[in-house]
Amino acid sequence: MKTLRLLAALAAMAPGALQGADIVIQNAKILTVTRGSLEGSILISNGKIAQVGEKLMIPAGAQVVEASGRYVMPGIIDCHSHIAADAINEGSVSVSSMVGIEDVLNPEDIDIYRALAGGVTTVNVLHGSANAIGGKCSVIKTRWGKSVRELLFEGATPGIKFALGENPKRRGSTPSFGATALRYPATRMGVEDVIREAFTEARKYRAEWKAYDARKAKGERALPPRRDLKLEPLVEILEGKRFVHAHCYRADEILMLLRLADEFGFKIRTLQHVLEGYKVANEIKAHGAGASTFSDWWSYKVEAYDAIPYNAALMHKRGVLVSLNSDSAELMRHLNLEAAKAVKYGGLTEDEALALVTINPAKQLAIDSRVGSIEAGKDADLVLFDQHPLSNYSKVVKVFIDGELYFDREADEKARIKDELRKRSLEEKQKKQTPARRPA
Amino acid sequence: MKKLSMAVAGIAMAFGAAMAQDTILIRNAHIHTGAGQEIPGGFVLIQKGKIAGVGAKLAAPKGAAIIDAKGMHLYPGMIDSATAIGLTEIGAVRETNDTNELGEFNPQLRALIAVNPESEHIDVTRANGITSVMTLPAGGIISGQGSLIHLDGWTWEEMSLAPNVTIRLNFPVIAPISAGPGNRSSSGYEDARKRYEEQLDRLRLFLEEARRYEKAKRAGTTAMQSDPKFEAMLPVLTGKTPLFVFAAKERAILDVIQFARREKLKIILAGVREPGKALAEIVKDKIPVILPETHSLPLEEDDAYDSQYTLPAELHQAGVKFAFGSFDTQFSRNLPYQAAAAVAFGLPKDVALKAVTSNAAEIWGLGSQLGTIEEGKLADLILTDGDPLEARTQIRQMFIAGKPVSLESRHTRLYEKYSKRPQ
Repeated sequence: MKTLRLLAALAAMAPGALQGADIVIQNAKILTVTRGSLEGSILISNGKIAQVGEKLMIPAGAQVVEASGRYVMPGIIDCHSHIAADAINEGSVSVSSMVGIEDVLNPEDIDIYRALAGGVTTVNVLHGSANAIGGKCSVIKTRWGKSVRELLFEGATPGIKFALGENPKRRGSTPSFGATALRYPATRMGVEDVIREAFTEARKYRAEWKAYDARKAKGERALPPRRDLKLEPLVEILEGKRFVHAHCYRADEILMLLRLADEFGFKIRTLQHVLEGYKVANEIKAHGAGASTFSDWWSYKVEAYDAIPYNAALMHKRGVLVSLNSDSAELMRHLNLEAAKAVKYGGLTEDEALALVTINPAKQLAIDSRVGSIEAGKDADLVLFDQHPLSNYSKVVKVFIDGELYFDREADEKARIKDELRKRSLEEKQKKQTPARRPA
Repeated sequence: MKKLSMAVAGIAMAFGAAMAQDTILIRNAHIHTGAGQEIPGGFVLIQKGKIAGVGAKLAAPKGAAIIDAKGMHLYPGMIDSATAIGLTEIGAVRETNDTNELGEFNPQLRALIAVNPESEHIDVTRANGITSVMTLPAGGIISGQGSLIHLDGWTWEEMSLAPNVTIRLNFPVIAPISAGPGNRSSSGYEDARKRYEEQLDRLRLFLEEARRYEKAKRAGTTAMQSDPKFEAMLPVLTGKTPLFVFAAKERAILDVIQFARREKLKIILAGVREPGKALAEIVKDKIPVILPETHSLPLEEDDAYDSQYTLPAELHQAGVKFAFGSFDTQFSRNLPYQAAAAVAFGLPKDVALKAVTSNAAEIWGLGSQLGTIEEGKLADLILTDGDPLEARTQIRQMFIAGKPVSLESRHTRLYEKYSKRPQ
């Protein structure tokens, strides 16, 4: 098994060797998102964007990608997804901060490739919403074909999922998964209490460690506190080392969480879904939380009945950092079209709309120095479209991650013919074998 | 932006005046008739709810309200060929759902009489240019009757466009039940196959009984008791009413076609996703199809990533006539983008538009009354600032049966309310 892995790794490295060569994407309509649009070229060197300009010198030996008539935008970032994970919800307890998505990442999930084919290059893979304080999350790049380790976005601040409202309180009234007992909480009051109790414990735990560290620093002999894997991530939150991504719907619960966080002295990094965020945009802005929402989902449950498609635009106009996410392996394949809806609903400019799925989620995940726009020095995560990406008639033709070509529509179309032939020959082979194995 | 909203206000005022009018002349619109013609700067005359004239220049009859649509485009109103609009309000709340009745065979149930004209989904859907929808029940094997309704009217009677024009059949499939939340034991293929065969038997038996009923009735059997279920099946048995048959994959579709041939039934295929070899049979029998959301995941892990995106183009190339249906309520408003997504993957633009206008009208038997901008048809029209299949386009005004209707909704109202909250 180990040798097999090694061989696979070596094979994967082969195309990587090409990465050394410079690449020039030329004659493209470039949507930088942060620095306007231009017709010109992008020079990729060592996996990074080296230069962007109307006229670039093509270095000797560089590979040229002719892109006339094509649009290039930064790789799309989905701030809320559950792809590439073998499990989503540890729903047995109301605080499941001891578990993490990183332990169940699956680099062979076909949804990674499908997302890639829709221009998504970075994904915030979240734990589910079954508990008030959920599990830890992972930021990945859609490096299809690479190992689990290589999927992870290097150096991204770790996150954790919180959830408010109907989902975490559901099991307070309906037992599920064969369980007979009800699980606290059953109300929004209880959800607040669960989070408050957990952080009260975390504070105490943190104080114990601080006292221990202080004694040790003084050279005193001290017994270390017993490690608590549930509380450790919460201490990281208190210390600003772990981002809270909080699933929420209604204005009241959003406000509750912001006030609770204020009280305990930490920040909510992003409010997820946040469908009634438009009602408390002032408070969200004041706290400094980002908002990651759906473009137009509504009415699927009571807490989504006041959802409006103007949510993103309204929050943005009030100064909130807003992104659009998918929460769906299908929807994430066309987040550019979700962004287009923000032009319709609320009149955002095209750059503002594109920012909702690129630089804004990059800022929310604090990876904006690396990704989210087309600027020299950033990772060469780039998507080529055949038409303007905000057009419903557009489609992705090529996707680069770290300057490496990970998706090419033409190559995909060629490969599927080959795959089909191979599948058929295997099926034929099996048919021939089958009668022999069956008793007469 | 300010200019824009002023322009909108101006239009709204003109419509305010037109509200009580029977006769409206729209002038200077870029008309897309949907019948293969484009008239830049064209005129459309609306009289008594119908299109009384279309042309490069028309004279305004006395007393007509005049709407100047300079810079705007006029399209036929769009039709969503599969929804549950009016039957459901909030997905997760049982009390608001009237789509799935108990029992397997309910051809007598009518969606129409359960349509709530006050549903918020009506206004929300209308705001994106959709003027009528097919609304259908969904439960059991034979779910009940679907109706094409206008998204305007004080009562379901007034909304009704083509009442009870189809009966939905969820054709039995072999579907193994996997263990999961709610059921702890899985059932294997053999169980699933047995269940499928039993369901097929019951379906056959039901049709046989319906035929006996029909025969007895024709023979004038006096002692016969009227049966609402079998009464509802009569127009199906005579081929007058098509069955709206839900079948996604090759095997199910082949099953359905064989069934329809044997029973001599008229059918419309719905929810087709993976026709495979059944495509040739669909073509052969000239069966119309209602296509589901283009933006769907492939059914199998080893399917091409775009297998659902390219499906409409494949059907078109094979010569199948189809319309799009959202098969949804909250997302019915995204019907135009469903059509556009198919264009991105090879469907000609004009065919995409037809699939949300004239094809739908024809499939639902209203081809002579609906779906294009032509003289004599109902004045279901939308004025836009661009291509209505593009999300960036705004729908500026809508007429349903010649009446200007509001594009406000729960969503615009909440937006306005909270836009006014002090910073």
